Amino acid sequence: MVNGDRILEVRDLVKHFPLTQGILFKRQIGAIKAVDGVSFDLHKGETLGIVGESGCGKSTLAKVLMALERPTSGSVLINGRDIGRAKGAELKRMRRNIQMVMQDPYTSLNPRMTVGDIVGEPFEIHTEVAPKGDRRKKVQELLDVVGLNPDHINRYPHQFSGGQRQRIGIARGLALQPEIIVCDEPVSALDVSIQAQVINLLERLQNEFDLAYIFIAHDLSVVRHISDRVGVMYLGKFVELGKDTEIYDKPAHPYTQALLSAVPVPDPEGREQRERIILQGDPPSPANPPSGCRFRTRCWKAQEICAEEEPLLQIRPGTGHESACHFAETHDVVHIG
Amino acid sequence: MNEATGQSGHTSALAEAPTPGGLPKAKSGRPASLWSDAWADLRRKPIFLISCGIIAVLVLMAMWPSLFSSVDPFNARTCELATARQLPSAGHPFGRDNLGCDLYARTIYGAANSLVIGISTTIFAALIGGLLGLVAGFFGGATDTVASRVTEIFFAIPSILGALLIGSTFRDSGLGIWLVVISLTVLGWPMTFRIMRAAVITAKSQDFVVAARALGAGPGRIMFRHLLPNALAPVIVVATINLGGFIAAEAALSYLGVGVQPPEISWGLMIADAQRRFLEAPLPLIFPAVFLSITVLAFIMLGDAVRDALDPKLR
Repeated sequence: MVNGDRILEVRDLVKHFPLTQGILFKRQIGAIKAVDGVSFDLHKGETLGIVGESGCGKSTLAKVLMALERPTSGSVLINGRDIGRAKGAELKRMRRNIQMVMQDPYTSLNPRMTVGDIVGEPFEIHTEVAPKGDRRKKVQELLDVVGLNPDHINRYPHQFSGGQRQRIGIARGLALQPEIIVCDEPVSALDVSIQAQVINLLERLQNEFDLAYIFIAHDLSVVRHISDRVGVMYLGKFVELGKDTEIYDKPAHPYTQALLSAVPVPDPEGREQRERIILQGDPPSPANPPSGCRFRTRCWKAQEICAEEEPLLQIRPGTGHESACHFAETHDVVHIG
Repeated sequence: MNEATGQSGHTSALAEAPTPGGLPKAKSGRPASLWSDAWADLRRKPIFLISCGIIAVLVLMAMWPSLFSSVDPFNARTCELATARQLPSAGHPFGRDNLGCDLYARTIYGAANSLVIGISTTIFAALIGGLLGLVAGFFGGATDTVASRVTEIFFAIPSILGALLIGSTFRDSGLGIWLVVISLTVLGWPMTFRIMRAAVITAKSQDFVVAARALGAGPGRIMFRHLLPNALAPVIVVATINLGGFIAAEAALSYLGVGVQPPEISWGLMIADAQRRFLEAPLPLIFPAVFLSITVLAFIMLGDAVRDALDPKLR
């Protein structure tokens, strides 16, 4: 693990969306617990992958990190300052340090703006970053950095392919020279052949600018390729957090093992032999999660203690990284056979 | 700036980038936006060309009526009571009205008031309704609730009744045709408000707005740089169609006596005057009515064509 230079500290982050009833006098009858107690650190130049199935709170986590949603409780410290509580000019200044690349390159670029306006917008908002005369040149440099033709500055987004559009989105994220970029499923809307190009671009930029990534995805192989550490989310909580090799080769949590067993194997022989763990049922509603361990309703190891006591995310005996399971034991799912 | 891109497009590899649905723009390599696509589409539409032609003639009539008629209808000496309701004759192609005035000249001179009232009402209603809709749609919550309820109150007023009320209350204010503009604007803006609000709410949830917020963009920038350009198309379409409606409403108000007041000339007034002797002499009613219908129709056809061109799903 990279030591020192901890640039992002997330502590006990909680985001609940209230469920209300009534038209005129709204009563809160419950809450969607989208993110429910998440803690992790991010170091300079590091990539933290976050995986989990749809609805586990990955994107809400990204929105809270970006201060697009205010946390219900907990803190998001960027270089020691809490972005979740920052306001006005301070929040605006902090935003320069954390930017995002969005999932869908077809909706994340304003169709009425030229590429130059889109990539140059950060400079118009943060006027102190680049003097007015320099902006056009800066935008062209950014286009060049992400592998686009700088002469295309006056084109509109719809004149580009999906991969090119995603490069425009990345250029916009880079404009303010942030230390952290939150990538919310940045390649899941792209063709597989283009995915590799964009991933390689992200890796190159990371080395060039010493960026730290929060890389959210549901494609485990993409996350493995790019991440230094991986966190596995289930129903708003991290169930396992460790280095990429630990998570992929020695998963300790049953949910991680089940996820990994579902990764497509490109070899027909290995595919026949490997173990498939098929989970029963659907994830429970985040409005009413199960008591104790949230995964127990679908877990084959579940016993009484799982309903009574919530397993904390900690290093368990026999494993080298943090996991949240009373019965954690490493089990290599991918390499069997 | 379009030119520069056009040239670079020919030399670069990106010129082959797929441009979905582009017909003429693919050839020129220019940046095609919704508007330039729409324009390319419109230029080939007969309905658009016909309505534009009619509107062009009407605008000419409104600005320089003397180009069309050598008779000045504001000069009382051109009217002779003795020749009242005379049928069309040489020099008086539409005949004469109940007061013996030249019907053709009056019809031509009536275009100005209709167009001025129609266009200014449309602009004011679009500005008021559009701005309120933008603000209500963007901020949502209590702002939206208050603005929407106020709009519903205005919607609930029967428009003719409301205009009659305003017109008769402020009859002696000396505002002239602007009183008509004000009363039609007061009753017309809620339509634009609703359309703008709905379009803004749709645009607001799109990712590029989230991206702008993540960059730290303030409400003003998000509203005017991101939401407004993406919500404008439906408002323009409805405004064009409404323009025809406002011209018709002006005629109705003038007919009822609370619109344009004599000695001003308006098609609605002319219809009101001619109506008393319609069975005896139908022409003084028919000519302004036909002009009115053609004008309203031209604007509605224009709005229709613009709507088709701006809706990519219909293309």
